[in-house]
Amino acid sequence: MLAEKYADEIQKILSRYPAEWRRSAVMPLLYLAQKEYGHLTPAALAEVGALCGLEPTQVAGVVGFYSLYHDRAAGRRRVQVCTDLPCALRGADKFAADLLQALGVQWDETTADGEFTVEHVMCVGACDRAPVFQVQDETGIHFHQSAAPDRPMTVEQALAILNELKSR
Amino acid sequence: MTEHILLRHRDIPDLHQLDVYVQHGGFEALKKAVTTMTPQQVIDEVKASGLRGRGGAGFPTGLKWSFLTRGVYPRYVVVNTDESEPGTFKDREIIERNPFQFIEGALICAYAAEAGVIYNYIRGEYWDAAAWLDRCLDECRARGFIGRHLFGSGYSVEFHNHLGAGAYICGEESALLESIEGKLGQPRLKPPFPADKGLYGKPTVVNNTETLTNVPFILQHGAAEYKKRGTEKSPGHKIFSLSGCVNRPGNYELPLGIPLRELIYTHGGGVPGDKKVKAVMLAGASSVVLAVDDSVLDMALDYESVAARGAMLGSASVIVLDETVDLAWVALKTTRFFKHESCGKCTPCREGTYWMLNILERVNKGQAAKADVDLLQNVALQIQNKCLCPLGEFSVTPVLSSLKAFRADFDAHTRDGAPKKAAARPAPPKAAPLPAGD
Repeated sequence: MLAEKYADEIQKILSRYPAEWRRSAVMPLLYLAQKEYGHLTPAALAEVGALCGLEPTQVAGVVGFYSLYHDRAAGRRRVQVCTDLPCALRGADKFAADLLQALGVQWDETTADGEFTVEHVMCVGACDRAPVFQVQDETGIHFHQSAAPDRPMTVEQALAILNELKSR
Repeated sequence: MTEHILLRHRDIPDLHQLDVYVQHGGFEALKKAVTTMTPQQVIDEVKASGLRGRGGAGFPTGLKWSFLTRGVYPRYVVVNTDESEPGTFKDREIIERNPFQFIEGALICAYAAEAGVIYNYIRGEYWDAAAWLDRCLDECRARGFIGRHLFGSGYSVEFHNHLGAGAYICGEESALLESIEGKLGQPRLKPPFPADKGLYGKPTVVNNTETLTNVPFILQHGAAEYKKRGTEKSPGHKIFSLSGCVNRPGNYELPLGIPLRELIYTHGGGVPGDKKVKAVMLAGASSVVLAVDDSVLDMALDYESVAARGAMLGSASVIVLDETVDLAWVALKTTRFFKHESCGKCTPCREGTYWMLNILERVNKGQAAKADVDLLQNVALQIQNKCLCPLGEFSVTPVLSSLKAFRADFDAHTRDGAPKKAAARPAPPKAAPLPAGD
């Protein structure tokens, strides 16, 4: 249970908001639950709801609204590629297509070894470094971008990053 | 080269370390405000500087601070670091590289607003940046820049990050407040405005990260010194996020009023392959698509000059489109974004973006007729002016302005509108298939 395992952290989260606004803690608590359980199961929603004074259905509404909360299982890591306009002008569509091919999956599918699920992500604020992707896993969300604007990341470099992650 | 007042880390190595920041005058402006000025004097100084909101709307900052309902407490300062507009990547650099100047600016704002708590809403995708900022806030607490009795005064303040979770709409201030309150990030009906009933129903100032990062300079050097930069009506510096078809994309801090030509060619290094610029989007994906000719290249980049051409400078996220770019494809890209990000509250936006995307997909696949392009325009016009918040408006702006200036780009894909002799137009970049349910 989150309440026992993360008692201090939960207290710290709740202390940031007025006592009568416990529900403000729903977003940080959902991140905590996601870290613990991998994805947000019905039991996790109920736990979070109990901690911040919301009904499980209200928590489910929040989960459904925001794209970084997940109520379904996926690969160990979610590889999220941006193909919005500024990235696409710098080759992100081809980068994404090549990456999918190299991993042998379509969008939203998981690699055979269960490591990576490849997803679209909306603009991640690194338009000058396109193509870019981020990886969401139990440690959080981490950016991967080229070393310099004039040296766009190749699919080979992306695969090397993913392979390195896999070995952790 | 312009001296930086926002991206000062480019001039001063290791400015992201608190000691270095303090050695370079850091937190002296906060001390000056808290120990020698009244909140009203701080507001007056910021008003006199002419600083305008850098998140997009360009509203005068000092004026916004003066709107708070009198006599009602507690009050809140909420910072909008939900930078999510495609083409915008300036606040990320501020947080990562010059965090203490941003923190100091937010603290000065809180003092002026007589607020005891600051919430910085930072998008979930900036996870690592938020964790970094958390550490910076801890360092500030340890030094007494955040906490009880700042500089021995009667003023106390707390500062918390609140991490978003992937919703562009939360960059709209009332949706952002809803999100902090633990609700779906959907916009509120205005009025009441946040200055009256904001976070938790209390008077609230909502400002963008870059806006607040200007404030320490204004307090330290005075409004008159600040106004020496930029134009009379748009004073100061602005961070221009330059992306798209340019040789050197990136953030450039420049005085407001510099010509577009200078941004693209002097700073951005021109267009790859020396191609011509076909159009620009000055405010990210929600921009008016502005057809570019010599007179547009000579346009001054300040709020008034851009507005005079029927566009907006917004957050100054300049996306350059060269002569090979197909505007029907651009419209597909921006519409896909806004359709995904529509919060679903207002029917015209929720349904309209769905249908615009549907038509644009058919157009781009060559499965449409000219009448479908007319229908696209019709749907867009039915979204316009009919939504609670600007997102609905944003979704149609690039579509309608592209149709107006580059209708031929759309017709060229249609079975009855394509030129008889297929013009040698380059194929649009091949789009990866969309995921189901996107």
